[in-house]
Amino acid sequence: MSPRTDWVAHLVLCGGVALFLLPLWLLMVGATQDGSAIARGELSFLPDLRNLGIFWEVLTDKGPGGATIWHMLLVSGAMALAIAFGKIVISLLSAYAVTFFRFPLRMVCFWTIFITLMLPVEVRIVPTYAVMANFGLINSFTGLAVPLIASATATLLFRQVFLVVPDEMVEAARMDGAGPLRFLRDILIPLSAANMAALFVIVFVYGWNQYLWPLLVATDPKLDTIVIGIVKMIGGDTVTDWNRVMAAAVLALLPPVLVVLLMQRWFVKGLTEGDK
Amino acid sequence: MERRTIFAGWVLPVCLVAPQLLLTFFFFLWPAAQAMWFSLMRQDAFGIRTEFVGLENFTDLFADPLYLDSAVRTVVFCSAVAVLAMGTALLLAVFADREIRGRTIYRTLLIWPYAVAPAIAAVLWVLLLNPQIGIVAHGLKAIGIIWDYRLNDTQAMLVVILASAWKQVSYNFIFFLAGLQSIPKTVIEAARMDGARGWRRFRTITLPLLAPTVFFLIVVNVVYAAFDTFATIQAITHGGPGKATETLMLKVYRDGLINLDLGSSSAQSVVLMVGVVVLTALQFRFIGRRNAE
Amino acid sequence: MATLELHDLRKSFGATAVLHGVDLALNDGEMLVIVGASGCGKSTLLRLIAGLEIPTSGQIILDGRDVAQLDPAERDIAMVFQNYALYPHMSVFDNMAYALKIRGLSRDDIARRVRETADILGLGPLLDRKPRQLSGGQRQRVAMGRAIVREPKLFLFDEPLSNLDAKLRVSMRAEIKRLQRRMGVTSLYVTHDQVEAMTLGDRLLVMHQGVPVQLATPMEVFERPATTYVAGFIGAPAMNLLPAVLCQDGTAADLGRGLIIPFADGKRDGADGRKLTIGIRPEHIAPDPAGMAMQIDLVEPLGSETVLIGRLDDGELLSVKVPGRAPADALIHVSFPAAALHVFDAETGLRLG
Repeated sequence: MSPRTDWVAHLVLCGGVALFLLPLWLLMVGATQDGSAIARGELSFLPDLRNLGIFWEVLTDKGPGGATIWHMLLVSGAMALAIAFGKIVISLLSAYAVTFFRFPLRMVCFWTIFITLMLPVEVRIVPTYAVMANFGLINSFTGLAVPLIASATATLLFRQVFLVVPDEMVEAARMDGAGPLRFLRDILIPLSAANMAALFVIVFVYGWNQYLWPLLVATDPKLDTIVIGIVKMIGGDTVTDWNRVMAAAVLALLPPVLVVLLMQRWFVKGLTEGDK
Repeated sequence: MERRTIFAGWVLPVCLVAPQLLLTFFFFLWPAAQAMWFSLMRQDAFGIRTEFVGLENFTDLFADPLYLDSAVRTVVFCSAVAVLAMGTALLLAVFADREIRGRTIYRTLLIWPYAVAPAIAAVLWVLLLNPQIGIVAHGLKAIGIIWDYRLNDTQAMLVVILASAWKQVSYNFIFFLAGLQSIPKTVIEAARMDGARGWRRFRTITLPLLAPTVFFLIVVNVVYAAFDTFATIQAITHGGPGKATETLMLKVYRDGLINLDLGSSSAQSVVLMVGVVVLTALQFRFIGRRNAE
Repeated sequence: MATLELHDLRKSFGATAVLHGVDLALNDGEMLVIVGASGCGKSTLLRLIAGLEIPTSGQIILDGRDVAQLDPAERDIAMVFQNYALYPHMSVFDNMAYALKIRGLSRDDIARRVRETADILGLGPLLDRKPRQLSGGQRQRVAMGRAIVREPKLFLFDEPLSNLDAKLRVSMRAEIKRLQRRMGVTSLYVTHDQVEAMTLGDRLLVMHQGVPVQLATPMEVFERPATTYVAGFIGAPAMNLLPAVLCQDGTAADLGRGLIIPFADGKRDGADGRKLTIGIRPEHIAPDPAGMAMQIDLVEPLGSETVLIGRLDDGELLSVKVPGRAPADALIHVSFPAAALHVFDAETGLRLG
């Protein structure tokens, strides 16, 4: 590579990085400034370092619904974790069943799971809401998390991982005396640990970032997630506490971004290998 | 594809697959079936009587100029988001694939927005473009542009497109980079020996080899723009001003859950489902062909 | 330590019969090598014995008990796989200990047995490593260790050396043989490599198209191949097979072109004119100035000897192995010593006499 094209590459990449980091910088900087000054359009590019405590203070702020920010973060975290763990466990088991066994209607089961790929929650939002209402799951944590647990993508990912486990590995385990559950626990789960980590990142981010479903199914402010809370905050016509909204947005953004950055290596591999 | 080695028995696997099947049935199949059923029904204004109307909801829908407007708007919106998000990502990926200093840092700094919620992305862009507080908005005013996306239809559309595309660049970047890295170095070297360079090499060698990724991402981006951006649009414009940014997704939400028109919204849901099915089928056909090659 | 008997063992996958009835008896401590081209059913036979496949019919008697329908875990058989099939996430120690753990042995017993086995195989210093940190030869040893540590009734080897480079293969071959002698465990070894088969086996079972064609000691198989298939399969370069007919009241073969060779070992059954296949190994063909002329097409020097591939004057292909260097002329004269002839029926391919 010639020095000249290197220089162009740096320029383009720096531009891209700026495109992403600048809004984030403004958000963080804005959080430390005076809300009414921001509302007048006097947002400064430099943080007010005396005001870093805002990120702490804002935790006890109440959103429009009445729930505090820390409570919303808690709900978001619990929901994201429940979806992530639920999805990993359920998909792991079902992928194991359809790849390592032959049972009646196996392919029917597989295709049943497979077609859910074509039904994102948004498409079936109205009827799913109706079903949830029938079960009395509106305004419950179960109603918030469980419908988002089932999906084909994770099952397909695990299936792909399982299909390339060499036959000899399974046979060696059988010769060593391992039964199906033992094989799952001792061989298969450790072997797919990296994929599970990747899936965890993807699903955690997916769960944390949900908007439409929580908006519908949880009207009780006790179940407000942080994402819902923030949209509610800027939804009003007269927002004065811009800095507090920004601080809350930083807190809302931090957990999933940290998860992605800390687990970047597995996440990128898992995402691209599984084709979504 | 099938495994050669399997375990015997059927009780255990049925137990293992049961939880997922139950969830699938209650939250996917049943609602989907209900949507189809309701799409053939019509309720009176008080929700007391329901009568079977056949395909009338659908014919009404396609005769409704508001619906058709929304459909056209959705197509424009999706195309713009996909082109913008994919174009930017491809440009960044091509340069990040180079052997330059600090490329791992660049990569990290370019993938984190994957984790940003569409709704939070909306907040970031409000921060930039809000006529009162937005820094960019002030800049635009300073050069004489009358800027208020809350009043101007085109500006509103522009804002939701920008915010939606911005959030999706990282996802596309990850896939483009992986696609570029999976192109064998020897192929590129052979092209260099044949004398292809720069843009020509990219257009005639790299891009065709990247085609599967491009196609996959088109589908993903369109689905993203059609559905996941609900939060973005809702947070920035609520579909307004007027209906200037009301995509099909927002319309389903409004008709079904705000206006409680079960028949029409179910018909709309069914139309969206058909759309996703077609897109997914296209994608699998393409991927299947790629695997067969 | 056990005996193994197979009685009319058959296996079909759907409509395709892969094994057409195998009978076999292994003596205690014996190493039997099953050899054949790919697709001959040798691997299926091994997998049936291992319990990885269930036979369509027939019996597998291990130490007096029919195990044909049992799960692998209940058979007490260990297997070394072609690609080793080590558990990549476990250390060498854990790979070897896994079967013992499943059997519920105590921690101390497991540690003791793994260490003993590791010492035998020279794996002591590697016990904490993961498989990916090992060389091909070391992985091979771990795979062996995993089998040995269980002290099973029967060892199965499924082409265990085919993933190694040529040099390592020779040394591992010797090591396997030494180990098997030392442990005295009854073993079945599957390979397509005739050199492995000849050097390792107490006896060989040659398989062809799902049927066992010969069961004998390596030297017997080499010296008295039971069929033309075995004759062509064992020995390198392959035995020359030429058409002939029986003549002179069954005491000689007429190979055409006026060449009549009397049998050195007596009369064969059948009327004169019966179609035969005559086999002669390349190394048994002798240069003879009074013999047939052979035009040399190709010379393959092997160092201490040379293989000459050429044609007789009627176009029949022939390979000849001569000691030392190739002759200077492109035309040589050879003859077939009567004592070196193998006589087969041309139709059935079976050995006559």
